[in-house]
Amino acid sequence: MAINLELVGKSYPPAPAYEVGREKIREFATAIGDDNPAYHDSAAAQALGHRDVIAPATFAVIVSFLAASAVVNDPDLGLDYSRVVHGEQRFSYSRPITAGDRLVATATIENLRIAAGNDMVTTRTDITTIDGEHVVTATAVIVSRAAGDDA
Amino acid sequence: MSSVIAWSEVEVGTELPSLNVPVQRATLVRYAGASGDFNPIHWNQDFAVEVGLPDVIAHGMFTMASATRLVTNWVGDPGALVDCGVRFTRPVVVPNDGVGALIEISGVVGAKNEDGSVRVDITAKCEGVTVLAKATALVRLA
Repeated sequence: MAINLELVGKSYPPAPAYEVGREKIREFATAIGDDNPAYHDSAAAQALGHRDVIAPATFAVIVSFLAASAVVNDPDLGLDYSRVVHGEQRFSYSRPITAGDRLVATATIENLRIAAGNDMVTTRTDITTIDGEHVVTATAVIVSRAAGDDA
Repeated sequence: MSSVIAWSEVEVGTELPSLNVPVQRATLVRYAGASGDFNPIHWNQDFAVEVGLPDVIAHGMFTMASATRLVTNWVGDPGALVDCGVRFTRPVVVPNDGVGALIEISGVVGAKNEDGSVRVDITAKCEGVTVLAKATALVRLA
């Protein structure tokens, strides 16, 4: 199964606004084994100059995943999700995600290519506040492995 | 944003304190729940094998989170991190044997920029094999 290479540049409607909760940040930080006080304790985060607890950098994947799902599940793209693995990931921050933020994520297909039978999709997800302030851009390469490939 | 480490104190080649991260199946289930990534290759062995993987593998994002933690532990204020990127080169295989896997993370200052930022080059290994490539983090220091 090959992906439709003509979809480069396609943007998807933004996912519904994601409201960043303190407890969700704590839950995520705990799940990655990170006890940095800036993620858990509002007073500690404020002492560092933040409005409230901030999120670990990779927390943005929660928000970008919602938007990028539209790409992965786009029937016009033809991606075999059962064989998908994560190839690359980058986050470029304007400021940390902070509890109380209401974030809007918009995904765009940045690049599509087929290498050694593997379908490779580069998505760029721009994450802003509902007021349009840029917070972080997440760029991901996901790979749908060719059948018969061992990893 | 403040940081514990000052830009003036940092030299190219400075090694960061290393980090060992044990990963068991329960770690992955917890991460799946917290992140919303329920791809069965991260918790269902039969499914993982069926799609050609050796066993259940860790979420790449868990490994990236650990690599980033190395840097934010060092900096103090995680808000100092402005950019991070990785390429996932090998899967972290997590057997259901009560032991799991160990991700060993180290980092070194690769560049000091005039704008007050510092690039850290990160190495992540599992069983002696590198699992991330081009793993870098850019932090803005005081």
